Amino acid sequence: MALQITESCVNCWACVDVCPNDAIYEDKPHFLIDDAKCTECLGDHADAQCAAICPIEMAIVNELGEFLNPPGSLTGIPIEKLKQFGLWKDAA
Amino acid sequence: MELPVISNTAAAAESGGCASSGCGTAPDALSHLPDHIRAKVQDHPCYSEEAHHYFARMHVAVAPACNIQCNYCNRKYDCSNESRPGVVSELLTPDQAIKKVLAVAAEIPQMTVLGIAGPGDPLANPGRTFETFEQLSARAPDIKLCVSTNGLTLPQYVDEIAKHNIDHVTITINCVDPEVGAKIYPWIFWENKRIFGIEGARILIEQQQKGLQMLTDRGILVKVNSVLIPGVNDEHLKEVSKIVKAKGAFLHNVMPLIAEAEHGTYYGIMEQPEPTPEMLQDLQDACAGDMAMMRHCRQCRADAVGLLGEDRGDEFTLDKIDVMEVDYEAAMVRRKVVHDEILEKLDAQRGVVKPKATGIPEGSRPVLMAVAGKNGVVAEHFGHAKEFLIYEASPEGVRFISHRKTELYCGGMDACGDGDMVDAGATESLLDRNIRVLEGCEVVLCSKVGYEPWAKLEAAGIAPNGEHAMEPIEEAVMAVYKEIAATGKLLPQADTLKVA
Repeated sequence: MALQITESCVNCWACVDVCPNDAIYEDKPHFLIDDAKCTECLGDHADAQCAAICPIEMAIVNELGEFLNPPGSLTGIPIEKLKQFGLWKDAA
Repeated sequence: MELPVISNTAAAAESGGCASSGCGTAPDALSHLPDHIRAKVQDHPCYSEEAHHYFARMHVAVAPACNIQCNYCNRKYDCSNESRPGVVSELLTPDQAIKKVLAVAAEIPQMTVLGIAGPGDPLANPGRTFETFEQLSARAPDIKLCVSTNGLTLPQYVDEIAKHNIDHVTITINCVDPEVGAKIYPWIFWENKRIFGIEGARILIEQQQKGLQMLTDRGILVKVNSVLIPGVNDEHLKEVSKIVKAKGAFLHNVMPLIAEAEHGTYYGIMEQPEPTPEMLQDLQDACAGDMAMMRHCRQCRADAVGLLGEDRGDEFTLDKIDVMEVDYEAAMVRRKVVHDEILEKLDAQRGVVKPKATGIPEGSRPVLMAVAGKNGVVAEHFGHAKEFLIYEASPEGVRFISHRKTELYCGGMDACGDGDMVDAGATESLLDRNIRVLEGCEVVLCSKVGYEPWAKLEAAGIAPNGEHAMEPIEEAVMAVYKEIAATGKLLPQADTLKVA
């Protein structure tokens, strides 16, 4: 059980600093999560820390490919606007 | 230690008077400050309107992470064509940052100030931020250190800030009311949780105010930045100004919101209006009765290098500094010589009383003039000016009001790579746009003006003037003001047509 980082990631380092398992590492073109280390923060925190600080919607997904921060959830930009600007996706 | 409240000093009455009607003798906003604070900041380009013509600053982008979301910010920060806070081309490790700072300091001896401003929040990156400060204070003791922050984790780092001898901190405070805050900050990351809305804004405001008080209690200088967001916090900022002054902030810098759809920010996409230059000036004037206002801020990038209003970052990219050999001991000697020369020049200027409009009848109305200036003189060709400096001439003298940029931040869609976003304003020609930027001004002073802009400027009611090239700006503005006054156009009765 592990989370993953998608191509939406902007490499801002925020998740690296808050991960309790040091599971996140720098890579190109974006950061990655070591699935051997990731526990989704179970036992450490109520919320997965990477997903709780990540500023970018759609950048963190679970094993089912579901966005932990779906489009519009962090910015409050309505879905029709996101679609108009090409910023909307269903799933990873 | 408690810093004196600025308007409680004897200079207060003077400060209020200057702000409301223009003041011909005040060198700039800092003249109202108590001596011990002024001595600390008068050579700092970001605080002193006069010093920014001579001393340069740089930011190193070692702080990518952030712990809050602001509706005017988008965490995509690699567009080299944009100049606005939060944007950088190249993130640096602390080691790379040190190398870059030493290279720039050796090459540009006027560079006296190193700030860490992002592109995220420096205090959300404490390891990278404080390692950079620690190395720098050891290796380049002749560079002043500054940090800016959203304030969320400020209280826990005040001791560390004091330890690294950082004596200037900028806090961005856009509100003191959580209900206003909820319209600016959708969420914060706090105690291992993302907290949305009013509760998030409440915590942020509480931390900012606590951090501000802790800093001023320790005698660390605090400047407060506020982003003016029309309809959201415009009236509210007057209260913010009062409160931060009471807590001992020495300077308040109200900056206009930048909200363009192509930046992908919430405000940009939701078409939140930016303030007009007039709105900004009115608000700055309204707050100026309460404390020193700053009007020359250029809202620079988190990796800016050089004098305010210019960016020489391209000369110091990682691949270029990699091959530079820097002997900093030798550079410090050269830097000292240059600094002393500049200080001597500034001292001489400070002794000079700015031109007063002697002989201009009382009751003559003030006139706004735009100047294509550089290094304190009328220097630029109209078409080459990247910004105009706005001055107000009145019977009391000449005062600097603001700068207005002509090319707005972004080269457009091709440069940004977001081809599917709307390029607002692309249909407006650059010349029309630049003339629109000068709204409210009656004269534009520059070294030269071409035929086409000349005609368009006149049609827009702005008199082009190329007769004062290379003259000191304030003398030139006063000379033109006197010419206009001589025609009788500045007195109320002569103005009835315009008023009607």
